[in-house]
Parts: sequence; structure tokens; C-alpha cells
Amino acid sequence: MSLDLSFYSWQLVTDYLAKGFIFSLKLTSCATLFGIFFGVFLALARISKFKSLSRSAATYINTMRAVPLVMLILWFYLLVPLFIGRPIGAELSAYLTFSLFEAAFFAEIIRSGIQALPRGQTMAGLALGMTYRQTVRYVILPQAFRHTTPILLTQVIVLFQDTSLVYAIGAYDWLKGFEIAGKNYGRPIEAYLLAALSYFVVCFALSRLVLILKNRLGMNGASA
Amino acid sequence: MIKIAKVSKWYGSFQVLKDCTTEIAKGDVVVICGPSGSGKSTLIKTINALEPFQSGEIWIGDTAVHDPRTDLPKLRSHVGMVFQNFELFPHLSVTENLTLAQVKVLGRSSEDARERGLKYLHRVGMTAHQNKYPGQLSGGQQQRVAIARALCMDPVVMLFDEPTSALDPEMVGEVLEVMSTLAAEGMTMLCVTHEMGFARRVSNRVIFMDQGAIIEDCKTDEFFRDAGERSPRARDFLAKIMSH
Repeated sequence: MSLDLSFYSWQLVTDYLAKGFIFSLKLTSCATLFGIFFGVFLALARISKFKSLSRSAATYINTMRAVPLVMLILWFYLLVPLFIGRPIGAELSAYLTFSLFEAAFFAEIIRSGIQALPRGQTMAGLALGMTYRQTVRYVILPQAFRHTTPILLTQVIVLFQDTSLVYAIGAYDWLKGFEIAGKNYGRPIEAYLLAALSYFVVCFALSRLVLILKNRLGMNGASA
Repeated sequence: MIKIAKVSKWYGSFQVLKDCTTEIAKGDVVVICGPSGSGKSTLIKTINALEPFQSGEIWIGDTAVHDPRTDLPKLRSHVGMVFQNFELFPHLSVTENLTLAQVKVLGRSSEDARERGLKYLHRVGMTAHQNKYPGQLSGGQQQRVAIARALCMDPVVMLFDEPTSALDPEMVGEVLEVMSTLAAEGMTMLCVTHEMGFARRVSNRVIFMDQGAIIEDCKTDEFFRDAGERSPRARDFLAKIMSH
């Protein structure tokens, strides 16, 4: 068989791919921002000395990490409308699911960053008269984030790849753009080939970026 | 100024502090010594409530540390503490280490805080390093910055928890020197240390602890001069620590 690449054009990008790419990007950003925000609170709850709080957080995190994402996507899409009485649409459903799902993963990364710090850092913050909240905010979290930035970004790359799972509820993401283009031009193999190459370029570039960042953080005397 | 009365603390069924009672007057420089595991560090940390205790009372001035209603952050803001492992904040520059709590806790403007920070940095001989990060400093330098950081808060008392134990031998001197100057200026100090030379030269009282209890609490010259009158455990400890 021979490959026909003649439909690789600017028009392919504007008509099919741009829209999906933007959605994938938006979904990744939303899940990253909300996931990290919610993840910080989950992590703090999980290490809290209040048993009920830490148990609830642990239950949430373990549940989210134990179920396949695609199942969660479907559940959310199908179950939430049953509770609120009206459909919420594939896109909103995807934003919600990914944010809640990623929060569990970010929470564990952030928790590991917090627990890797010497206990004396908290003591020092408290000894200076800062409240626990101030100590967490100005002493603990900045260090936890600095130490875990490479892992957090790696998780974002995985998240970007995972956004393609919204095919299950028919949302129009980047991969969907390739799929529809392939169908319309009658060239599915070439379309999926281009998809593979495109995902590779984006994710590879991002992982190089993580590497550069890692070196820079490692070389900075401040991180010692 | 500080009153410690019958303080006891348990970890589970293990008692780490047994009825510890003592008083520290303004301007006192008290060295707390004793074998490892004797509860010295735990005792010093109960004073600013970094270590909770189950029974007994601690007063700093007229503030009750043991009272659950006491505003602990406020209390701690004027009790300086220096740790064995310095515990500077590695993500902040030296200057930022000095100003953070001044701004966030005492509500000083960042210019005021900076000015005061630089003043104390000068006092500990670290002015040249103000823009460095803790990771770029030697242990002795870090500890001097840590002392300056505590002084910035205008403490009424300084607590030192084995401030030289994590240092290479050649750096012990510079830290002890800063502490001696501080003592000479009349700062009230409580210092857990094994540096008996420092205890002898600088402190006016020595507390000896063993197995969670205060065994000896006397004037420094008595502690060292009348070894024969010391308890067997204190004598044993002194013999071990002085023999090298």
C-alpha cells in the first residue's frame, strides 16, 4: 500500500485540528490549575493530625487512583445528569472529571514533597511566631513545589496524553480532529500517523523542557 | 522571668520529662547539659511550646505556656530559638530569611525589617553574605544567620538547642563567639550544649539532666569547682566529657 499525504495542508489544521488542539490544551490547563489547587488541600488534609480529615482525603485519593480514568469520564458524563436533572455536555463533564481525577495524583506528589522536608523547617517557622498556616504557605509549600516541579510537569504531560480519552463521551479533542479529518479525506491511516507524530513532538518537547528545568533547579544553590 | 514548675511529659507510657522545676531570671545564661536522651532538648522546646507537655506549668513573664488559651504564635514571636540543624529556609536568601517573620508576624514594613536584618547580620559578621542562599554558606555561617534571624524578632530570651553539635570542629568557635557576645550584652539565654568550656566561661548557671529529670541546678563555678559535691551521675558525665 502507498501513503497519500496530499491532504496534509494548512487547511487541515484550521478546519480540523486547531479546534481540537485548543480544547485539549484548555482541558490540560484547567485540570492542572484546579488539580494542583485542590491537590494542595488534599495533601494537607491527608497529613493532617485530624483523623477524620486525613481518612477522608486518603479515601478520595485512593479511590480516584484505583479506577480507570475512562470509566470515570463515562460515569461522570452519565451519572451527573441523573443527579442534577439535566445533561451537562461533554466538555464541561470532561473539565470536571479531569480536574477531580488529577487532583488525586497532584495531591500525592505534593504530599511527597512536603514529607521529604525536615520536620525542623516547620519547627523553625513556628518558633519565629508564624502560625501553622503561615508556615505552610511561606516555608513548606514553596519548598515542596520546588522539589516536585519536575514530577508535577511530567504528570502534566501524561495528563495531556490522557485528554484523548474524552473520545468516550464524544468531545472534540485533538485526536478527534485527526480522526474526523481521516474519515473525511478517506485517509485514516495517514491521519493517525500524523496524530502520532504530533503528540510525540509536543510531549517530547515538554519532557525536554522538564529536563532543562530539572538541571537548572539542581544547579541552583538555593535548592540545596 | 521564666518559671518551669513540675513539668512532666510522656511519649505513650515512656516518661521523657520528670517533674522538671527551675527558674530563669532576666540576664541569666543557663547551660543545660547531660547525656543524650536525658530530655534536655525536649525541655528547652517545651518553653516555647514546640513540644507539648501533659502536666506542670511554664510561665514566661506572666504568659502561661501551659494554658491552651494562650496565643502561642504571639508567645513564640518573642522567644528566639536556634536549632541544631540551623533550619534556615533554603528557598529564601539570607536577607529574606531575616525579614520573613518580621513582616508576616510583627507586621513591620519590608524596609524596616531589612534595615533591622542588616543590623543583626552585621552583628554576627555576615553582612557580606546578605544576598546568598543558605546552601551557599558553611554550617557556621548558617548558624550565625540563624542567630541573627532570631534576634531580629527582639526576643526576651534566646533558646539554643545544641547550636554547635552539627558543626565541623573548626566552625564551633565562630558560633560560640557570637553567643558569648550576646551573653555579655545581657541577653537571657538557655543553652543546651556539650561545650563545657563555653559553659564555664559564659554561663552563670548549669543545669544537669539525666533520664528526664533535673539532677543538678547550681551556679557555674560551683558545678565545676566542687566536683566532689556533685551527684555520681553528673560526676560520671563530666569525667567522660572532660577526658578528651
